[in-house]
Amino acid sequence: MIEFLQHVINALILGSTYALLGIGLTLIFGIMRVVNFAHGELYAFGAYCVYLVSVLMGLNFFFSILVAILAGCLLGALIEVILLRPMRNADIDTTMLVMIGAMIVMQNGEQYIWGGVAKSVNTPFPEAPFVIGPFSVSSLSLFVFFAALLLIGVAYFLINRTKLGKAMRATFQDRDTASLMGINIQRIYMATFAIGSSLAAAAGALLGPVYVVSPLMGNIASLKAFAIVILGGLGSIGGATIGGFMLAFAEEIGAGYISSGYRDAMGFLIIIAVLLVKPTGLFARSERIG
Amino acid sequence: MRKGRAISTFAAAALLSIGLAGQASAQTIKIGVNEPLTGPFAASGTYVVNGAKIAADEINAKGGLLGKKVELVIEDNKSNPTEAAAVAEKLITADKVPVIMGAWGSSLTLAVMPKLLEYKVPMVVETSSSGKITTSGNTYIFRISPPSAVEAAAFKDILPKLHMKKVDFLVINNDWGRGAADDFGKVLKGEGIGVGLVETMDQSAQDMSAQLSKIKGTDSDTIMVTTAVEQLTLLLKQAAALGIKKRIVTTGGSQNPDQLIDQAGTAANGTYHLTTFAPWYPDQTPDPTATKYFLGEWKKRGFNFAGATESFRGYDGIRTIAKGIEKAGKAEPEAITKALWDVDFTGLNGKIKFQKQGPAGKESGQSMPNVYLIQIDNGKVILPKL
Repeated sequence: MIEFLQHVINALILGSTYALLGIGLTLIFGIMRVVNFAHGELYAFGAYCVYLVSVLMGLNFFFSILVAILAGCLLGALIEVILLRPMRNADIDTTMLVMIGAMIVMQNGEQYIWGGVAKSVNTPFPEAPFVIGPFSVSSLSLFVFFAALLLIGVAYFLINRTKLGKAMRATFQDRDTASLMGINIQRIYMATFAIGSSLAAAAGALLGPVYVVSPLMGNIASLKAFAIVILGGLGSIGGATIGGFMLAFAEEIGAGYISSGYRDAMGFLIIIAVLLVKPTGLFARSERIG
Repeated sequence: MRKGRAISTFAAAALLSIGLAGQASAQTIKIGVNEPLTGPFAASGTYVVNGAKIAADEINAKGGLLGKKVELVIEDNKSNPTEAAAVAEKLITADKVPVIMGAWGSSLTLAVMPKLLEYKVPMVVETSSSGKITTSGNTYIFRISPPSAVEAAAFKDILPKLHMKKVDFLVINNDWGRGAADDFGKVLKGEGIGVGLVETMDQSAQDMSAQLSKIKGTDSDTIMVTTAVEQLTLLLKQAAALGIKKRIVTTGGSQNPDQLIDQAGTAANGTYHLTTFAPWYPDQTPDPTATKYFLGEWKKRGFNFAGATESFRGYDGIRTIAKGIEKAGKAEPEAITKALWDVDFTGLNGKIKFQKQGPAGKESGQSMPNVYLIQIDNGKVILPKL
């Protein structure tokens, strides 16, 4: 039982960052119909921002996370304006290829600038774990958990409670009608991509110090983000949040009780099961077609 | 049309430059280096390559080999077996190297081995420890790192002093890790020590909390871990975060203890590591002069001391190949393959002389290096008094 609860604690922490990754990706896909293959690279970008600001420049660790989120936002806006805006009316496959190109360029760029060897980031958190009875968790992980929850909350608020969010939701439901109602679609798209990118960068900024920062870290993050989005239903923020936690639980419990060698397979088994039963994902939002 | 002509002109220029490069190389002796410079093993592979460069520079400073300069052709296998095989093919067919050093990981080396047979080019294996490498009948394999069975046998002598009762394994899920779990498991069982869980982790996994939480709950007193420094750093941190108090012993010789101290901090304290080179105590190494020269060069080039336990393999690997080429009297694959059997010198971690291993008539070469057990104590590397 104690072991099980420790697995639950691990999964909750892991799930919060998975959710953060998933929300960014699902937002971009839902509203813009862009399959963002560069999502993982924005995650890596956030991690390198933290490395640059807190390790190389020696500035405050928390400040470096803020920088990473803002820089992710800017980079996202830039990618949208330069790469995606000219492709606005291109079909989904074309933009997908553009994003694959962006991913390759960014990953090789990271490799070129930082080298292939992983970097580690030290944090101001004490190395001694936080112990409650038989359970133990590092204080850095606790910080990551709460920071991720906070960011998920901010994303929710932004989408559901602000004017910008309302415009985004309208665009999601029907781009052309929204445009006719006076919504500036260009601006909505840029804001969407910027917010989605900053969420990915935030996830990287939070997880980089927990693990290590390496040029290839984006690959596995992309893979997990896609899994989460498919699990939760394309375009659904709630779905991505729950999907993130589900994937973390599947991996953690699967590795703990079935086989650690197949840890990464557990999540995908669940996805296959979900797709067989409900091909649109668990929480797909309805949208008007045509 | 004009565009087409521009492309063909460009292609001709490219071909010409390849031809020129080929001619220039006749003045040098090429040695292929097939190492992971990106991916999960990037840190280790980079160390090995830097060690190899020290050896090449040392040889060239002394006048080169057979009157020619040594040229390392270094390629990145991306920690990926498929890439490792492709790199070997490229080195052999495009660069025409007569001999290769590589490919760091066991799965990487195993992927390269069929290419060696196909093109009849020898490879000095500097790091890999899976037993399969020297027992599968590949006559072009010459290994200077200890297979895990040799490591396990050396560990057997230390065992009674560690007072273990039951051991869980947590190993990287590839030929290296699974091989180590098998070989060490056999030795432990032979000594009457219980073997509990054998947990694995993917080579690119960063979160091992699930496996560690499971191990935390068992009645074992020791965890034996096999993986490289990057994953090991995360693993030690996560074990500490979970409050695991069991003794941790690592195998494989790619732990870079100083890097663990630097990056895992207090989480590294009290851990034991089986390693094949002890640069902390140069006077106790088999060839103190060479050790001091190597460490001096390493420092002079501004490399982190932590890398020395890994990079020495690259240094010894290239020195082994150089001795082979010298004995062969020519830089041709078949001649070097034959000559490697006559190589006999003292490397940084013991005598390098190849013994026959594997099926009769198709033996691979295996040198038997020393194995040391070190401990990290209060942020320092010590030879534990047992």
